[in-house]
Amino acid sequence: MSPAYLLRRLLAVALVLWIVTIAVFAITMILPGNAAIMILGEYATPDQVAALEERLGLNRPAAFQYFEWLFNLLQGDFGMSLRLSLPVSEVVGSAFRNSAMLAATALVTVTVVAVPIGMLAAVKRGTKADLGISLVAYVGTAMPEFVTATLLLVIFAAPGNPLLPAGGFIPPGESVAGFFNHVILPAGALGLILTAHIARQVRSEMSDVLASDYIRAARLKGLRERRVIRGHALPNSLAPAVAVISLDVGYLLGGIIVVEEIFAWPGLGRLLILALENRDLPVIQAITLLLAMVYALSNLLSDIVIAALDPRVRYE
Amino acid sequence: MSELIRHPTGMVGAGLLSIIALTVILGPFIAPYDPQAFHPAVRLTGPSAAHWLGTDQFGRDIFSRLLTGASPTILFGVGATALGVLAGSIIGVTAAVAGGWVDSVIMRTLDGLLAVPDLLFTLLIVTILGGGIGEAMLAVAVAFTPGMARIARSSVLSIRTREYILAAIARDESRAYIIVQEVIPNAIGPIIVEATIRVSFAIMIGATLGFLGLGAQPPSTEWGLMVAEARQYMYRSPWVVAVPGIAIAVAALGFNLFGDALRDAFDPRRRRR
Repeated sequence: MSPAYLLRRLLAVALVLWIVTIAVFAITMILPGNAAIMILGEYATPDQVAALEERLGLNRPAAFQYFEWLFNLLQGDFGMSLRLSLPVSEVVGSAFRNSAMLAATALVTVTVVAVPIGMLAAVKRGTKADLGISLVAYVGTAMPEFVTATLLLVIFAAPGNPLLPAGGFIPPGESVAGFFNHVILPAGALGLILTAHIARQVRSEMSDVLASDYIRAARLKGLRERRVIRGHALPNSLAPAVAVISLDVGYLLGGIIVVEEIFAWPGLGRLLILALENRDLPVIQAITLLLAMVYALSNLLSDIVIAALDPRVRYE
Repeated sequence: MSELIRHPTGMVGAGLLSIIALTVILGPFIAPYDPQAFHPAVRLTGPSAAHWLGTDQFGRDIFSRLLTGASPTILFGVGATALGVLAGSIIGVTAAVAGGWVDSVIMRTLDGLLAVPDLLFTLLIVTILGGGIGEAMLAVAVAFTPGMARIARSSVLSIRTREYILAAIARDESRAYIIVQEVIPNAIGPIIVEATIRVSFAIMIGATLGFLGLGAQPPSTEWGLMVAEARQYMYRSPWVVAVPGIAIAVAALGFNLFGDALRDAFDPRRRRR
């Protein structure tokens, strides 16, 4: 992979993020409801509101506020949370760590489960195993996270004899067992739809590979089926699998909003819903930007991995 | 069309969609009870001869609520997708036909918007517009627009240099004629396929918004809202949440299966297998 390719991709990511800052800022500027009134309560006098707006800088022109905000962002300053009176970086930082733990657990589990299942279905195409996997995957992709989460709670966390806790969070630093106990249900709710989707996509990509001419050539020259699969089909299916997983990261980042709310997981999703309810603009802006950044960087990472796996991409 | 039905996924998908369509149209008329009527004597009872799918926390008949809830749930998905496809196609076709810097500006803006996860984008817009089923529908449509615009654009670009387009240009047809008569009919396949699959996502997002209290409002019988309202009682009476939850999954499954079958039918490369 050439440095020029990497540089071009990095520039593209930077451009995308800059456009996101404009979109995020524009959206938060037209949010109804006045942050000053939200802070002071509905009985505030107009004078008090005006004074607070002055202090928070909410009464200046939008373009001025945007550039000031962008300038501060570049220095790592996300402003103060209007509601919590704490620096946004502090509030969002700890929530980000908690969300990252949940998302990473879900993503690793999904990858480990979904990719082999999808490949198995493709290799056993047309058999009962394939039919079973495809059926489960189809049903799985049709279950929104809140339905999966609710059903998981009913099955595993009924108050009489709960197998797993119904919500909450224990930092792994405090108790590793406690952390895993609490992460299983939310990660499961996040993971089911993703597992189903990724398994289906991997099956379809691998089926294309298995139908290709070089696989036919490998079979015709008398290689055993195992060699054909391991030596030829598998390596060529990895790059598409990485592409599918990285696209689903965007879906995962949306899913954590609902799942964290249901399982009382103190992460970005829960914080976002609280911030939206309170019109806490700096927090909303920071979270949206952060999630977009994670998504853009994960796409970049996957492009690099794909280029490393597949020489055809590298030399294009 | 016969190709579609012969395929098992197409057959099941078409079957499910027919059931869904019938429920949307006839549901309110065949509901055995008034979906809003309280029956205090039979609160949270399980399935029985009188109440096929049991009753909820107010003794309302779940089967009747399910039947009347089909229309806000399904029409939400179809409506939001249709709006998103329309707006996205206009933007995408404009970008592809215009080319040059117009295309670049539109595409880079879309890239930026696509970096924001769909659900997050929808939540931001719903907060701007205020909760409610109409607002939520508009929000999902806006969130779908960038993705649909990209697909419409690439679909148009892929046929731009085909012989029939070149022939129309050689015949000195007008730009409008070429776009309406030649480009759109030939580029619409991938757009329809994507739209069908997206209806299932729109249904799921709509139900999620209802669940979060940002979509349909009580006393609507929208299925996501039904799950949210019954959550307090879910351990005592699991069917109160399971029935609307499964209904959402069945509806989404129907559109997914049908969309997949459509894609196979449109793509001759896949048809053989």
